[in-house]
Amino acid sequence: MTTNTPPPDAQPDVESTSVELTVSAVDSQVSSVRLVATLAIAAMLSGLLLAAAYEITLPIIEANNAEALQAAVFKVVPDSTQLQPLVWDEDKEELVAWSPKKSADGAGEESSASEEPPAGLVIYGAYDENRQFIGYAIEAAGAGFQDTIRLLYGFNPRAVLPDEPRHITGMEILESRETPGLGDKIYKDPKFAENFLFLTVDPSIELVKDNPTAKNQVDAITGATISSKAVVKILQKSTADWLPRLPKPGDEPAFIVIDDEQQQQQQEAEQPPAEESSEDAESDTEGEEDPDNG
Amino acid sequence: MADSGSSNPLMLGSQQQAGGGSVDPDRMYREFAKGIWKENPVFVQVLGMCPMLAVTNSAINAVAMGAATAFVLVFSSIFVSLLRSFIPKQVRISTYIIIIATFVTVADMALKAAFPVVHKDLGAFISLIVVNCIILGRQEAFASRNRPLYAVADAIGMSIGFAFALLCLGATREILGSGTLFKYPIMGSNFQPWVIMILPPGGFLMLGMILLVFNWAGQTRAKRRHRADGEANAGGEVGSAS
Repeated sequence: MTTNTPPPDAQPDVESTSVELTVSAVDSQVSSVRLVATLAIAAMLSGLLLAAAYEITLPIIEANNAEALQAAVFKVVPDSTQLQPLVWDEDKEELVAWSPKKSADGAGEESSASEEPPAGLVIYGAYDENRQFIGYAIEAAGAGFQDTIRLLYGFNPRAVLPDEPRHITGMEILESRETPGLGDKIYKDPKFAENFLFLTVDPSIELVKDNPTAKNQVDAITGATISSKAVVKILQKSTADWLPRLPKPGDEPAFIVIDDEQQQQQQEAEQPPAEESSEDAESDTEGEEDPDNG
Repeated sequence: MADSGSSNPLMLGSQQQAGGGSVDPDRMYREFAKGIWKENPVFVQVLGMCPMLAVTNSAINAVAMGAATAFVLVFSSIFVSLLRSFIPKQVRISTYIIIIATFVTVADMALKAAFPVVHKDLGAFISLIVVNCIILGRQEAFASRNRPLYAVADAIGMSIGFAFALLCLGATREILGSGTLFKYPIMGSNFQPWVIMILPPGGFLMLGMILLVFNWAGQTRAKRRHRADGEANAGGEVGSAS
């Protein structure tokens, strides 16, 4: 509706242009100032509209992404109900729980401004409702048949049963452009997904074309060998990168409840805050989104 | 009159709006209705083939693409029509593209916020609505020469025609290629999907078939009309849409 306003320098001689059907190549009646002004005004209004639309949709899009990630993590790590980003700290060479505050005083330089954990160095710790560690969810990407495949897999570093080896607990494709009907079976075929429900990583993940006989073998999809191979390759590379970085089973970072931590720090500093007390224990479930408010 | 197919797409519906005057409801209806069947952007004008072939591997994608295109077409037409006397003709195409691109980007962001799954499937093809020739074609041939109300009627008609064509192709390809319609299985468990139908060649095959049926129907109707008119010597070569 704002675009409705005509350019202020509208000249009478252009009345004819609207009615003319044939486009005459030379029409020197219109000054170039007017041409520039028309485009400039159009571009400016377009910019305003886009900025408004961007501002409106951005929080929704971010919430959608966070929700999708959360759902994927809970799917690849069975029984998990809470997650927390874990960051590989290059200097200390250890995995630390990530929160915006921590990166603000710790990592230095521009990260104080960033609300997002650093890309490529972050994995997710999955916890059950008692905040007990269950497993990791690790994001990985690599070349597929058509385009990059992004996937998320769950990893259980512990032996729950005495003779149980460490293993992958599930795999979810986040993004791919594999051929519809063939390559897209890597996320549409439930049989392929079953391969990853209990997949050991020692000595290494293997792709086989017949029925798998061992727990470290993945059965390739008929007609989608390249896509299956790509998924296995991504997993091989990512496990090689990440598994040495993971702490010893039992030493996993604890689930940090942001609200409690804030309260403690503020209590140490001065009087207990009034507004924080309204946040009860239930809000911990979304603890990883709360840093934005704090 | 009878053979709408052989007319030049750019000149379709470009009756000139002479001066002011009140809105004629009959004409409103004509401008609206022509896009759906008689001047259908896909079946008759054969425009917009890029999204037509690229995103119609499922009915839901077809509907989403149809809706996004409709949004862009209607709003671009309103603005182009309102501003038609202020846009110098030397820069008209650039201005139309700015207007179209703005609404495409808005549609892209809105779809991403409201239906992230569909947005993921359509991917780059939402942004490519900018270069969909139906949209620029309607601005140039109609909206820039007619009053906003007619432009809206024309845009809505064309959008419905386009969405209808997308849905025809999308539904057939999904039924044959996946055995489902709107993700709901309808072909029974013994059905072996024709994978080629959801691959790019299936799009061309199916589009060819649909155009064939459409033109055959048009031809038959034209013949029948000629016979009814008593022009016995008119023969079969009338009314063919090339």
